[in-house]
Order: sequence, then structure tokens, then C-alpha cells
Amino acid sequence: MISISSLSFERYFERVFEPVSFELNTGDLLLITGSNGCGKTTLLRLLAGLLDPSEGKINKISHPLYAGHNPAIKDDLSVEENIRFWMRFMGTRKTEIGDALCRKVIDEIGLTPVAMQEGRTLSAGQRKRCSLARLLFCDEKLWLLDEPYSNLDPQGIAMLDDIIRAHLNGGGACIMTTHGSLRPEGFELKECRLISGRERYAENAA
Amino acid sequence: MSRQSASTAFSALLRRDFLLAYRRRAELLQPLVFLLVVTTLFPLGVGPSPQLLANIAPGVIWIAALLATVLSLDSLFRSDYEDGTLEQMILSDQSLSLIALSRIVAHWLVAGLPIVLLSPLLALWMNLPGEGMSILIQSLIIGTPVLSLIGAIGGALTVSLKRGGQLLSLLVFPLYVPLLILATSAVSSAVAGLPYTGQLGLMAAGLIGALTLAPFATAAALKLSLS
Repeated sequence: MISISSLSFERYFERVFEPVSFELNTGDLLLITGSNGCGKTTLLRLLAGLLDPSEGKINKISHPLYAGHNPAIKDDLSVEENIRFWMRFMGTRKTEIGDALCRKVIDEIGLTPVAMQEGRTLSAGQRKRCSLARLLFCDEKLWLLDEPYSNLDPQGIAMLDDIIRAHLNGGGACIMTTHGSLRPEGFELKECRLISGRERYAENAA
Repeated sequence: MSRQSASTAFSALLRRDFLLAYRRRAELLQPLVFLLVVTTLFPLGVGPSPQLLANIAPGVIWIAALLATVLSLDSLFRSDYEDGTLEQMILSDQSLSLIALSRIVAHWLVAGLPIVLLSPLLALWMNLPGEGMSILIQSLIIGTPVLSLIGAIGGALTVSLKRGGQLLSLLVFPLYVPLLILATSAVSSAVAGLPYTGQLGLMAAGLIGALTLAPFATAAALKLSLS
């Protein structure tokens, strides 16, 4: 699905993280861990193609879906309008179309009670759910999820785990970052610990 | 993956922009109110002599229209940039130029077209003679899309800056100057009974040039701002 070899990224002539290599196949879940500021988001943005690597190579066969910290939700549009826009804009291969699929997606992510509310009125957790709605109708095989559990309640975390499990069983793959406190449960997963350039420097100096 | 057809994505984006414009009516009205206020204040400032007003009318209306457009440029990509929408659009496999064009079309329809529609009223206030009025409207129909197209490049270049407003005006005003000269000269020529098709023709050429090049330049600028 995706393989990277000795990938690193420099900012202001300093390595953000030490070079990493891994390979991901269909059905794999890769967990990227590391302390705050060690470059987890930067690595995901590199994989998504938003940044160009300073060293190393990325081979990906499919176009990934990236769900970052920015929810891409419009404050002036309702939950339903937001989701419907992304559905129309990105397209979907799902058999149901239009309103029926939109309602189903909103129901699955548990936002039916607030479907008509404007984006600005949502709580942080509801916002997260709304931005994760894209996972339910996208066609991308490779998901890049940046701290997907942040702000979610236990039901939300279980819901997300179910979505990811269905995706992996359906021939997809997923890379997610976490700073450690919340981890996906009940998965067979690969783990990649990211070491920031500064940490490595401190280790060598000691 | 299934690629959503370009036209569906284009219309989805336009639809969203109109809905957003409707929800943010006040923000939209601000440049138009500015336009009206400037044109109302001019007779008070320079004196109400009808001949004097008629002479300066093309310049005043065009400068006010230009400033009103610049006021609305900063918001062209900013909110999409700040909430992560732009990031997702760049990552989608839709052409970024098409996305830029859709935003520009929406901007012209909500910011440029109202100026064109208001211009007869402004011309009346400024006592612009009848021969000049139709040419003024024509020059605005040709010119305001160019303002949106060129402005979009500036908006895209400055979107990642916290206070990009000043830099944005610095970037786009020099490019607006030829347009301003041609438009006011066309209207003045028409009032004086001189030929004006040359100026309008040059403006139309500018419009075609901007229409074919600006979406690509805007797309490149957006990519640059995001990396």
C-alpha cells in the first residue's frame, strides 16, 4: 500500500525527526507514537503529500485520505450541509446517493440530534465526529489519521475503532498518530516510534 | 478511487459559496456600503458643481469600485485556509486551478456583479451624462472580473500571512492601474464624443488573458502558501 525508506524532513536546517522506514500492506494498522513535537504531524503531512521530504522516498500506490487537526468544517453551515458538500465534492462509490447516504452517515457518527445546527455551535468532540464523517463515504484505501481519538468520548472512540476495523477488513490500511495516552484497542498493529532530531542530539551528547 | 467529475465538484463548490455568502450577508454588504459612502461623500467634499462632478465621475466610481473589491479579497481564501478546507481541497484529486476558478467566479458574482448593478445609480449621483453611463457599465462588466481574477492571485499568495491585507493591496494595486486608466479614459472619451472602442478592446483582451492565466497562477500560489 505504502512504503517509505529513510524518510526525514528538515526545518530551518534541522531534522524534525530521525529518518524512518516502514512498509504497510493491505489490512495493516500502523501506530506512530512519540512525544509532543517529535514530528508526528509532519510525518503524516509528508505522507499525504502536503510537504516534500528532504531525504528518502515515499512509494504509495493509492491516493490517501488525510484527516488532520483542522476539521475542515464551516462554522456558518450546518452539520448536514458540511457533510453534503464534502460528499458532492469528493464523490463516493457507495450505492446510496444524496440525502439518504448523508442521513445514514450522520446517524452512524451520532450527530443526528445536531444535524441542523451550525458548525460554530458544535462542541470539540462533535466537531471531531463531524470531520471523521468523511471516513464513512470516502473511497480512499489508505487513511492517514492525525490524533483521531482526541476530544472523543468513550462511545466515540469505540465507534471510531469499529470504523477502522471495517476499513481494514475491507482491504484498506491505516496510519495513525498518538502521543500515547489513547491507543486503538483490539487491533494487531505495527508501531513506529518517532524520535525527534533534538532528542537524538541530546542522547548523543549524554 | 472514483474521481468525482470536475463539473460536479465545481458546482458543489459554487453552491457552498453561495450558501456561505448568504449566511454571511453582513460581510458581503460591507464593500458595497463602502462604495456607496465614498461616492456620496465626494460631492460634499469637492463641491456640488454638476460639471465638476461629471468630469470626475468615471475616476471616482472606478476607484471606489477598485477599493471595494480589494476590501473583499482578503477573505477569498482565508476562511478555507484557517479551517483546513483548503488543505483537503488540495489533497483531493480535483484540479486546484478549477477550484480556484470556482472561488473566483463565486467572488465575482457576490462582490463584482453588485457593483455593476449599482453603477447606474452611482453615475446618476455623480451627474455622469447618458453617453458615459452605458460605457461605464460596459467597462465595469469587463473590468470587475479582472479585479477578481488578479485579486485571487494576491489573495492566494498572502493567505498564510497573519495580516496579509497590506501586502495584498501592495501586490494587486500596480496590476489594477492599467485597468483603471483604460476604463476611465473610455468613459471620458465617450462623454466627449471621441472613440472609446480601443480602450474597451484592450480591457477585454486583459480579461481574456486573466481568465486563462489567473486560475493557474492562483493554484500555484495556493500550493506555495500551504507548504
